[in-house]
Amino acid sequence: MIRFRRMHLVTGKVQLSPNVTRLDLEASRIAEIRQPGQFVIVRRGNGAERIPLTLADADSVRGTIALVIQAVGKSTCDLVALEVGDSILDISGPLGHPTEMIAAGRAVCVGGGVGTAVVHPIAQGLAQRGVEVISIIGGRSRQWVIFEEELSRLGQVIVCSDDGSYGRQGFVTDATRELLEAGRVDIVYAVGPVPMMRAVANLTKPFGVRTIVSLNPVMVDGTGMCGGCRVDIGGETKFACVDGPEFDGHLVDFDLLAERLGTYREFEQRASAGCEAGSCRVGLTRPDPPSPAPP
Amino acid sequence: MNDPNLSLKERMKIDRQTMPEQDATQRSGNFLEVNLGFTEKMALLEARRCIQCKEPKCVQGCPVMVNIPRFLDFVVKGDFAGAARSLFGDNALPTVTGRVCPQETQCEAQCVRGVRGKPVAIGYLERFVADWTRAHRDVVKIEPRPATGKKVAIVGGGPAGLTAAGELVKAGHEVTVYEALHKPGGVLVYGIPEFRLPKQIVEEEVERLVQAGVKIENNVVVGRTYTLPELRARFDAVFIANGAGLPVFMNVAGENLKGVYSANEYLTRVNLMEAYAPDSDTPVLRARRVAVVGGGNVAMDAVRTAKRLGAERAILVYRRSRAEMPARVEEVHHADAEGIEFENLLAPLEVIGNDKKWVTGLKCQRMELGEPDASGRRSAKPIPGSEFVLECDAVVVAIGTRANPLLTATCPDLKLNRWGNIEADAVGMTSIPGIFAGGDIVRGAATVILAMGDGKRSAHAIDAYLIQWGRSRFSSMA
Ligand SMILES: Cc1cc2nc3c(=O)[nH]c(=O)nc-3n(C[C@H](O)[C@H](O)[C@H](O)COP(=O)(O)OP(=O)(O)OC[C@H]3O[C@@H](n4cnc5c(N)ncnc54)[C@H](O)[C@@H]3O)c2cc1C
Ligand SMILES: Cc1cc2nc3c(=O)[nH]c(=O)nc-3n(C[C@H](O)[C@H](O)[C@H](O)COP(=O)(O)OP(=O)(O)OC[C@H]3O[C@@H](n4cnc5c(N)ncnc54)[C@H](O)[C@@H]3O)c2cc1C
Ligand code: SF4
Ligand code: SF4
Ligand code: FES
Repeated sequence: MIRFRRMHLVTGKVQLSPNVTRLDLEASRIAEIRQPGQFVIVRRGNGAERIPLTLADADSVRGTIALVIQAVGKSTCDLVALEVGDSILDISGPLGHPTEMIAAGRAVCVGGGVGTAVVHPIAQGLAQRGVEVISIIGGRSRQWVIFEEELSRLGQVIVCSDDGSYGRQGFVTDATRELLEAGRVDIVYAVGPVPMMRAVANLTKPFGVRTIVSLNPVMVDGTGMCGGCRVDIGGETKFACVDGPEFDGHLVDFDLLAERLGTYREFEQRASAGCEAGSCRVGLTRPDPPSPAPP
Repeated sequence: MNDPNLSLKERMKIDRQTMPEQDATQRSGNFLEVNLGFTEKMALLEARRCIQCKEPKCVQGCPVMVNIPRFLDFVVKGDFAGAARSLFGDNALPTVTGRVCPQETQCEAQCVRGVRGKPVAIGYLERFVADWTRAHRDVVKIEPRPATGKKVAIVGGGPAGLTAAGELVKAGHEVTVYEALHKPGGVLVYGIPEFRLPKQIVEEEVERLVQAGVKIENNVVVGRTYTLPELRARFDAVFIANGAGLPVFMNVAGENLKGVYSANEYLTRVNLMEAYAPDSDTPVLRARRVAVVGGGNVAMDAVRTAKRLGAERAILVYRRSRAEMPARVEEVHHADAEGIEFENLLAPLEVIGNDKKWVTGLKCQRMELGEPDASGRRSAKPIPGSEFVLECDAVVVAIGTRANPLLTATCPDLKLNRWGNIEADAVGMTSIPGIFAGGDIVRGAATVILAMGDGKRSAHAIDAYLIQWGRSRFSSMA
């Protein structure tokens, strides 16, 4: 039909944890200019949904971007079923504002589940500026922990597992609390499931430590055209795709975000019933190995 | 009646032909086009109703001055190819405008036959001729002039951008259209529903441009993927036509509840993402009772879409009276026949929800008509004590759109007006030499034909600018 359509080749694929896959894809312009905190909107092919995914890494020389995808439903399952040599029809971006970075000092980067992949480019950017980076990452058990090696190149990494089978036992929030109590923390970046980000924001508030969270509402266009991604920040409605996706965690209405994410739950259950039977080997129905929130 | 040389008297005797349409009950359950189009016989009869005025008023009513009597005369003679060449010379997308122009306030409003009786059905005839070319594509093929070596970037693949692309490629320039979405067409593909404008038609028009050499790059968000200054440096001229894609919300409590959509989101899910098809990956809520707020084309499209998605009650909530609704008259009639409930003189105050944050109703207040305001419309005043809750499980907000700041924010040198629209002169030149703009981004939400008119006019100005002859090489300026 319409010509001049460039396809995006899958050049690499790695299974990082039982439900998280890294795909490297050709997208030279995005690889060249992307900055930490930005994302793309991906459509696998005709008929597929447009879904937002963070730019976890990029290689501007090879012209590839890395997406780290947690298979939770139809669209993400279809994506992780791709193999090297396959291609994707549409990638649009880089979208959203780059991460607000401090110029010096000490930053704590907290990643939960696939959020760890999102935290990675932020930590990278901070380290490049000479900021001291401490990463706190978590998972249910050892096999769910991702990006440990990459993050350890940038600074200290504290790994937490729910069952204590790897790193220290407990939630990422416990480790965060200890750091806050122990000494100076200039800024906290927290990316992960909504309950985790809420918990971290609640934790840092009394310490008066600025906390940036990356919100993941349902999106369609990613350009501010539809308003589907609206979130409440300090009583004001913002469009996460153009005003965010990162916001001051102390101002975010997490309840609203969590509720709005459930808008299509019934529909999704139907859609992913097909996905489990088909391409997706993960067979997951729950979004995440959650790092549950303390009260 | 088949004699092309009918006398005036005989012409005057012919009644306006009625557009055949899908049965109302049937169509309110599907997304197929409502209007079925004139048959050849009807077109020949209708065209004969035109009395070929020496000073045709109808042409004055058309924003791009389509030479209406000329193309109708070709129709009368049965020379559809001639009619098509005439029509496409004036208007690049007649398949679209024949379907969506508000004819009753433009060309047809001025037609002398409307003074006593009904105006000539110019829109339906435009559609007839344009549709004829779908089976005879070579008749209106774009023939580019020799290459000039000049490069033009177009931001946005809506009607303004596509029209400009067609004109510029005709002039021999190298044209690249950058479109933010995965498909060009703008509102024509994401907003206006299939039952009014089949997407196939827009695709065919885009294909015609591509065949003529226009390059289309989807998934490029100018302001993010490239900035405007970057494009300006790489191209000899730029035309900005990124539309007015920023939804306006009501600013009332409860507007972020689940089940509240902007019309843009609702329609984009259904049209562009094809959520009306049961096997689409993109979901849309299929609510039982849908309240749509607004009274324009967008509101009408949303409420009729809700009905087609299976709503038991699809209710239009509009704060003024029916006579004030800015929507095309035909759409209002169609909606009525399809069982849309019109709640006129009703203003929303608040969206009500339950503890799971789902919409359960829309709190409204009755209004009454007061004195005409500056725009000549009678203003609506609330009736105290008339508040009540309209029960519904989805609300679609269709009260307008504004300029999207995504692109303009990355180019502070570009002069904007106080609503964020780009300032442009009579031919579309902005405050930056070589950067032109047109369509909704300049006018605010307007119409398809006005956007196309801008595209054409700016293309001619860009041509003049590039060739430095001081004037366009096009014979006529629209
Ligand atoms: C700016 C942004 C960046 C993102 N970056 C990443 C990333 O790097 N890697 C990644 O794996 N995911 C990321 N996401 C989330 C990802 O877009 C969703 O997981 C995806 O859209 C789900 O689509 P699906 O069809 O596979 O699942 P669905 O069938 O749509 O959903 C399955 C389950 O996931 C929940 N869900 C739906 N949408 C989201 C969402 N946006 N976030 C969280 N849960 C959701 C649903 O409630 C449901 O329970 C990001 C989201 C945003 C907005
Ligand atoms: C639901 C609905 C129904 C309507 N019905 C009618 C009708 O019946 N009759 C009528 O005459 N008019 C109607 N209109 C109005 C009409 O559609 C618009 O006036 C017209 O489409 C404006 O054309 P445009 O080319 O300026 O912008 P648009 O059609 O809005 O196209 C702009 C394009 O630019 C793209 N874009 C935006 N930002 C960027 C960026 N940063 N980089 C790259 N690309 C970008 C968009 O994705 C889009 O494709 C309707 C509008 C809507 C929303
Ligand atoms: S373009 Fe629109 S206004 Fe002009 S003649 Fe055609 S239908 Fe009428
Ligand atoms: S005004 Fe009416 S009758 Fe006269 S030329 Fe135009 S369409 Fe024909
Ligand atoms: S995703 Fe549509 S406005 Fe943000």
